Amino acid sequence: MDKKEEILKLLEGDARLGVAEVAKAVGLSEEEVAKVIAELEKSGVIRKYKTVINWEKLGKEKVAALIDVKITPEREHGYDAIAERIMRFPEVKNLYLVSGMYDLSVLVEGNTMKEVAAFVAEKLAPLPQVTSTTTHFILKKYKEDGDMLYDGEELRRLAVSP
Amino acid sequence: MMRDKIARRVAEVPPSGIRKFFDLVANVEGVISLGVGEPDFITPWHIREACIYSLERGYTMYTSNYGLPELRQEIAIATKRDYGIDYSPENEVLITVGVSEAFDLAIRALVNPGDEVLIPEPTYVAYKPCTIFAGGVPVSVPTRAEDEFKLLPEQLEARITPKSKVLVLNYPNNPTGATMSKRDLEVIADIVVEHDLVVISDEIYDKLTYDGKHVPFAALNGMRERCIYLNGFSKSYAMTGWRIGYALGEAEVIEAMMKIHQYAMLCAPIMSQKAALEALRRGNNAVKEMREEYNRRRKLIVKRLREIGLECFEPKGAFYVFPSIVSTGMSSEEFAERLLREERVAVVPGNAFGEGGEGHVRMAYAASLRDISEAMSRLEKFLSR
Repeated sequence: MDKKEEILKLLEGDARLGVAEVAKAVGLSEEEVAKVIAELEKSGVIRKYKTVINWEKLGKEKVAALIDVKITPEREHGYDAIAERIMRFPEVKNLYLVSGMYDLSVLVEGNTMKEVAAFVAEKLAPLPQVTSTTTHFILKKYKEDGDMLYDGEELRRLAVSP
Repeated sequence: MMRDKIARRVAEVPPSGIRKFFDLVANVEGVISLGVGEPDFITPWHIREACIYSLERGYTMYTSNYGLPELRQEIAIATKRDYGIDYSPENEVLITVGVSEAFDLAIRALVNPGDEVLIPEPTYVAYKPCTIFAGGVPVSVPTRAEDEFKLLPEQLEARITPKSKVLVLNYPNNPTGATMSKRDLEVIADIVVEHDLVVISDEIYDKLTYDGKHVPFAALNGMRERCIYLNGFSKSYAMTGWRIGYALGEAEVIEAMMKIHQYAMLCAPIMSQKAALEALRRGNNAVKEMREEYNRRRKLIVKRLREIGLECFEPKGAFYVFPSIVSTGMSSEEFAERLLREERVAVVPGNAFGEGGEGHVRMAYAASLRDISEAMSRLEKFLSR
């Protein structure tokens, strides 16, 4: 694995690792690491540094729904124009073009079920290219972005062993 | 009442230095532990899942004394593929309850009362006691920091007597992280032949070798028939609690070991054997990822130790560093105890691994980069007092 990839893997696992820690782990100087990270940020390989939050645990429950959307593609633009239109809504967290029974998979998030339903009814469904929508409210999140959102037992090794 | 009844050879073995330190650590809060001898990874999920599946299907019975035929087969294939050594899965592979059991069996199968067992020191804690329990006489062969704790031929030859029978090798080494190259081992092999010794080679850390390629002792010319080759799953696949290891060797000696194993243990647990099979078949990526992670930690800890001013050779295997603490003027135990009490960092005093370990401490880098980093900062604070 080259150094660039190694640095990205480290940051993907823990965005808060300092330049000093990364430098020691990959065996480059801090200046070199800072330079590589700056380049990766500038070229857009590193998009941003995020925090994985379990909002439910804080009692701030958000409502999310996965919506299957069927689309009539447009001449010259295919799905891109309508996708760009949909993705600009801040309520839309994820948007994918998928193969199969429908075309776009939209993850919408809101504070209440009413809010999400209103978004679908008032913004998404009325778009002229949209021929149908099927809304699946998310009942429980088990895993998100590669992180398991549950508290397992804390596993403890013996503090000292042979 | 029972106190006077304990067998002399058992009573005479002192309690483990690690055990003593473990009790100390148990009473301190907020400790970062570099004192562990096991991976900080959990067994990869696909291996755990395979075990669960085998239980669902009802695999809860004894296996052959030698172990599951398909696991023996898979071990033979892997050993041939990785190292070019042939062992017959029929009668030259024995599945054991960890390498710990395999070592005990090997010693008991070879040692007559009074036979001397040569053990390079600093040494893994079990070799000497097991030798004594088997009626043998452990003979320490010193290895030194300035030689990167390699076993040197002159040191070995100086301890050989007419009673010498067995040489124990453990590379990559616990506690020092030392490795032996093919060339290093060949010199030892010459002595082994000259003095008609048998070798027990515990290579549990073989897959955690960072620079260069691991060479099993049995792969050297003429050594297959003089060697009992021990390996297992604990370290490479993060499977310590499964207790699954194996011994490879010529049919006669494996049969002798099996004879003890069949009466003492009967067989290794079937669910662990099923998990080990999955590890061998599909676990290679996980091993690679863990090795890369250990390697990052290794570089970090060596760099920091040197910055802090503790002398330390760069270990090429296992997940231990064994820095010298002589410059602090403290004994190993004093250093470890004070570091624990004053800065809440647990390390193992070197003398737990034999007198030859005095003046050193063992630090395991089987801990997260963040914990290693924090432990090193605390160590720095401790030493600047």
